[in-house]
Amino acid sequence: MVVTVNPKVCVYCAGCVGLCPVESIELRETRLTILDSCTDCGICVKFCPVEALSGGRPLD
Amino acid sequence: MTSVGGNGQKRFDIEKTVDVVIVGGGPGGALAAREFARGGVKTLVVDRRQEIGAPKRCAEGISNDGLLESGVQPHPAWTSGRITGAVLYSPSGKIVTVDDETAVGWVVERKVFEKHLGKDAIEAGAQYMVKTHIDQVLMDGARAVGVTGDFMGKSVKINAKLVVGADGIDSLIGRKAGLRGSVQKMRDFHSAAQYEMAGVKCDMTRLHLYFGGDVAPLGYVWIFPKAAGLANVGVGILTSKSKHGHRAIDYLDRFIAKHPEMFEKASPLEVNASGIPVSAGIRRFWGDGLMLVGDAAQQVNPIHGGGISLAMRAGVIAGQVGSKAIKEGDVSAERLSEYGRVWDEVHGKELARLYKFRMFMEELTDKDMERMADLVTIDVIVDLTYARFRSFAKLMLTKMPTMVPLLAKYLMAPGKKFEMEALEA
Ligand SMILES: Cc1cc2nc3c(=O)[nH]c(=O)nc-3n(C[C@H](O)[C@H](O)[C@H](O)COP(=O)(O)OP(=O)(O)OC[C@H]3O[C@@H](n4cnc5c(N)ncnc54)[C@H](O)[C@@H]3O)c2cc1C
Ligand code: SF4
Ligand code: SF4
Repeated sequence: MVVTVNPKVCVYCAGCVGLCPVESIELRETRLTILDSCTDCGICVKFCPVEALSGGRPLD
Repeated sequence: MTSVGGNGQKRFDIEKTVDVVIVGGGPGGALAAREFARGGVKTLVVDRRQEIGAPKRCAEGISNDGLLESGVQPHPAWTSGRITGAVLYSPSGKIVTVDDETAVGWVVERKVFEKHLGKDAIEAGAQYMVKTHIDQVLMDGARAVGVTGDFMGKSVKINAKLVVGADGIDSLIGRKAGLRGSVQKMRDFHSAAQYEMAGVKCDMTRLHLYFGGDVAPLGYVWIFPKAAGLANVGVGILTSKSKHGHRAIDYLDRFIAKHPEMFEKASPLEVNASGIPVSAGIRRFWGDGLMLVGDAAQQVNPIHGGGISLAMRAGVIAGQVGSKAIKEGDVSAERLSEYGRVWDEVHGKELARLYKFRMFMEELTDKDMERMADLVTIDVIVDLTYARFRSFAKLMLTKMPTMVPLLAKYLMAPGKKFEMEALEA
């Protein structure tokens, strides 16, 4: 399942960027972009403190 | 815009050449900048934020010693709450009050604080560029020789003898320069959410920390009081415990709903979130022409997640070692390893021991914590914050012997039988 960010929820904290093993998340000030290189590993989704991310391999 | 010149080389709208470029103007970057500038080298700080200090991703607590250690005097412009101690709450609500000199400190107004640190650096001779996003490290073989990025639509190239990554939890500098360990691991990363609230009713002179599997699995809830009625109320949980319905923000909302005595009239003025590295630091945080400072090197206390004072201290050491190295004309990894050695002595080894204590704590049940809340004294808690385990071990041996196997597993030097001497420190 493709990972997507809900910009209405994201508080641009950069935590997901730090966890992504393949540098597939870019944060520009307040705008978060998931790049095509995302492997859907689900790590960022599991981390997001406010659940702004969805999709990816379920890790729960 | 970047254009390609006749010789095939990219041309940049803005090109600068300095001795050291510091990516990130948080507490780590600002103190590094002050120290490099004092060391007499040409220093430039670049930060992607358009406003230094905002948004904050922090509960803003710092001990007075933590400020003084890096040569920063508390200033009324950014000290908000004055703290004289801490109160710890067990899962069932048992209270342990820790009033000790080491707990004296401040809850700062971080947006103002970071600007003041920047001002100090600029007054020492450093320059700043804000709203400048860095996306590449320029390498000459294995050596970092600058960075590229953009500033308000203009391409930027900065040539430097030394690149310092003070770029926080999502350090791009560490990754691009190939320092292994720069990527955060779920196992060693807390997921945190916080409201800065007004109208909170609690003892405003102490930090309040709440523990328990239902409150914050493998983490804690905090209330850090600021000036009258304002407080940072937040929670950190280990990322591996985060799941739908149990995200950091869910724990926070539940805690607030459960405590009307404190929050009935309170409302948030800010929502903050982020991640906290609790790995005790990456092993190798320097390279040829490269140093990492603060969260970028995961230099954070793995027990309580405090990283402001550590980032500042690391910045100071990096600035002192790095400016000398630049002047000597040798910025090799070998020369810069002095930073690693000094760091290890000043804080690194202590953090490594605290990491073991974190592992120990993670195995405790709520029941264990209840029992400990009955037993621990202020002295024991203060010892623990300095990674001195002896008094705690003694207490466990005499009063809670069921803990001995866990103590032996995590806090003893490897391969030694359980005896006091084997306890590290
Ligand atoms: C919720 C929460 C609560 C916390 N509470 C406390 C507390 O009470 N006390 C405490 O001591 N610590 C606390 N911490 C930890 C503390 O905030 C950090 O350890 C500290 O900010 C580290 O400082 P730093 O300078 O290393 O990094 P940061 O403060 O994160 O600064 C990094 C800077 O680099 C910039 N940057 C990043 N990437 C780029 C790029 N590509 N290009 C340009 N610029 C870039 C960023 O904009 C930022 O300004 C908390 C953390 C969280 C998440
Ligand atoms: S972790 Fe969540 S809130 Fe933080 S930047 Fe990523 S998507 Fe946004
Ligand atoms: S799912 Fe994995 S690869 Fe994709 S953005 Fe998230 S962390 Fe990166």
